[in-house]
Amino acid sequence: MSDRDTASINRNRAVDVALKAYIVLGYAFVFAPIAASFVFSLNSDRFPSIPLGEFSLEWYKAVASDPLVWQGLRNTLFVGVTVGVIATALGFGAAYTDYRYKFFGKQVYLALALIPPTIPVVILGLAMLAYLSRISLSGNALSVIIAHVVICAPFAMAIIRLRLSQMDPDLEAAAWNLGASEWAAMRHVIVPFTMPAILGALFITMAVSFDEFAIAWFVSGLNETLPVKVLGFLQGQVSPRINAIGTFVFVTSMTLVILAQILLTGRGAQIRPSADE
Amino acid sequence: MRRPLTLYGLTFSLPLLIWQLLFFVFPLVFLVALSFWTVKNFRMQPDFDTVNWVTIYGRSVFWQAYGTTLAMAAFASALVSILAFPCAYAIAFKLSDNARRWAVFLMVIPFFTSYLVRVYSWQIFLSDAGIINVMLGWIGLGPYGLLNTVGATMIGYLTLTFPLVVLLQLFSLVFIDRTLIEAAHNLRCGRLRTVFEVIVPSARVGLVIAALFAFILCFGDFVSPIYLGGGDPTTLSILITDTTKSGQQWPRAAVIALTMIGTLLVVAFAAVRFAYKGRTK
Repeated sequence: MSDRDTASINRNRAVDVALKAYIVLGYAFVFAPIAASFVFSLNSDRFPSIPLGEFSLEWYKAVASDPLVWQGLRNTLFVGVTVGVIATALGFGAAYTDYRYKFFGKQVYLALALIPPTIPVVILGLAMLAYLSRISLSGNALSVIIAHVVICAPFAMAIIRLRLSQMDPDLEAAAWNLGASEWAAMRHVIVPFTMPAILGALFITMAVSFDEFAIAWFVSGLNETLPVKVLGFLQGQVSPRINAIGTFVFVTSMTLVILAQILLTGRGAQIRPSADE
Repeated sequence: MRRPLTLYGLTFSLPLLIWQLLFFVFPLVFLVALSFWTVKNFRMQPDFDTVNWVTIYGRSVFWQAYGTTLAMAAFASALVSILAFPCAYAIAFKLSDNARRWAVFLMVIPFFTSYLVRVYSWQIFLSDAGIINVMLGWIGLGPYGLLNTVGATMIGYLTLTFPLVVLLQLFSLVFIDRTLIEAAHNLRCGRLRTVFEVIVPSARVGLVIAALFAFILCFGDFVSPIYLGGGDPTTLSILITDTTKSGQQWPRAAVIALTMIGTLLVVAFAAVRFAYKGRTK
């Protein structure tokens, strides 16, 4: 199923080259803003454009000396970690439910578990703020956490469900036959097997929460997270400080994602052969 | 296959259900109730009055914004599908397994960068003294007013949806049975004809779902229309934020939001039906 098949199907060299050039073009479009943000965060000019000015760390210094940014960063980290833990726990439960049980209304259950990220954030933010302020929960970090978990739990569920589907269903039954209680089987068989996905989901949900500003903007009053801070900058004045913050957030998120990737593929690949056979 | 109602099972099943009911379903239901409330002296009062629906639906501004948003989202979704397809196709059929894995990994990266920061970054390219105009200046053209145009909004929409659409299309393309393509080839079916008569129909579900996601994302997005489109023409999401800011008109914003949800449901339902039309499974 591979290169030789493909080669035999399509032989026109010019078309191949054109298509590969098109891939490069597509990636150039996707990465142009990310790269520009990185480059101009290290550039001295007040109004970013070409030709480039001098190499400078002044925007990072400006950001680092702003106490509001540090406040925002602390909020972001606190919210991100809390959201990651809760969303992963809820997602694990839902993934295990889908893996093991069949019940009436399961379609509805799964829809509830997976639909939230497809609702536009403006609408969700509006509904959340109206509702949470009604039950006196709006305007603090807790409200942001609640809203972010709604968005993040589906991601955690999808990741962990994928890992569970790689597991031999007889493993759990074997543990029961050997006298393990359901709880013991969960602790000694299922949790260890899904551990890479659990950690992966933890990092991914943290990264999603880290980036998600719109809902935070709606539901939080004074407790601004870092992305909300960025929105504040945008509305006020255009400033290369956004590039500095953006680059910082990007590096942090990518670290989390790469950690998740290593966990999901590296250890997963080691365990899989024995599980498949 | 096993008895579902045990303490053990419920421990895992219930938390998510309760959370999503409390903090996802209830807020949306509350939005419906809110749309019938009234605002007096800048304070919201629980009520059952259709005044908000009548007011919003009676405004030509609303219908203009509705038409604009619908048209722009539909256009963006078609555009991104067309632009993404050759890319997804090439990744699926022209790259080695290893290169394909890298391609997928690279396409996932944008999901973990702030969309807002990427949109801001496009301003650097598109502004009057920005990168593109400077480059055009080198060959004696411009400067053109690129920012605050519908075209700039489209670039923002593409930034938002292109990676997702490429990935979704790619996943449907790699699962196509390659013997079908070989068969078409052996039967002397031309290259383009193979693409349109074998590959596209086989991947239809994935292609339609990808376009649907693009539509949903663009329809609700307010970052690109504001920061690249300059807020003109007004889209529904801008209308919502404006309405909430002006005089506590939350109930009216709720009407707009519910209309958007209704529209998305209709579009999603139609798209899914179209995607699975004629399929038994």
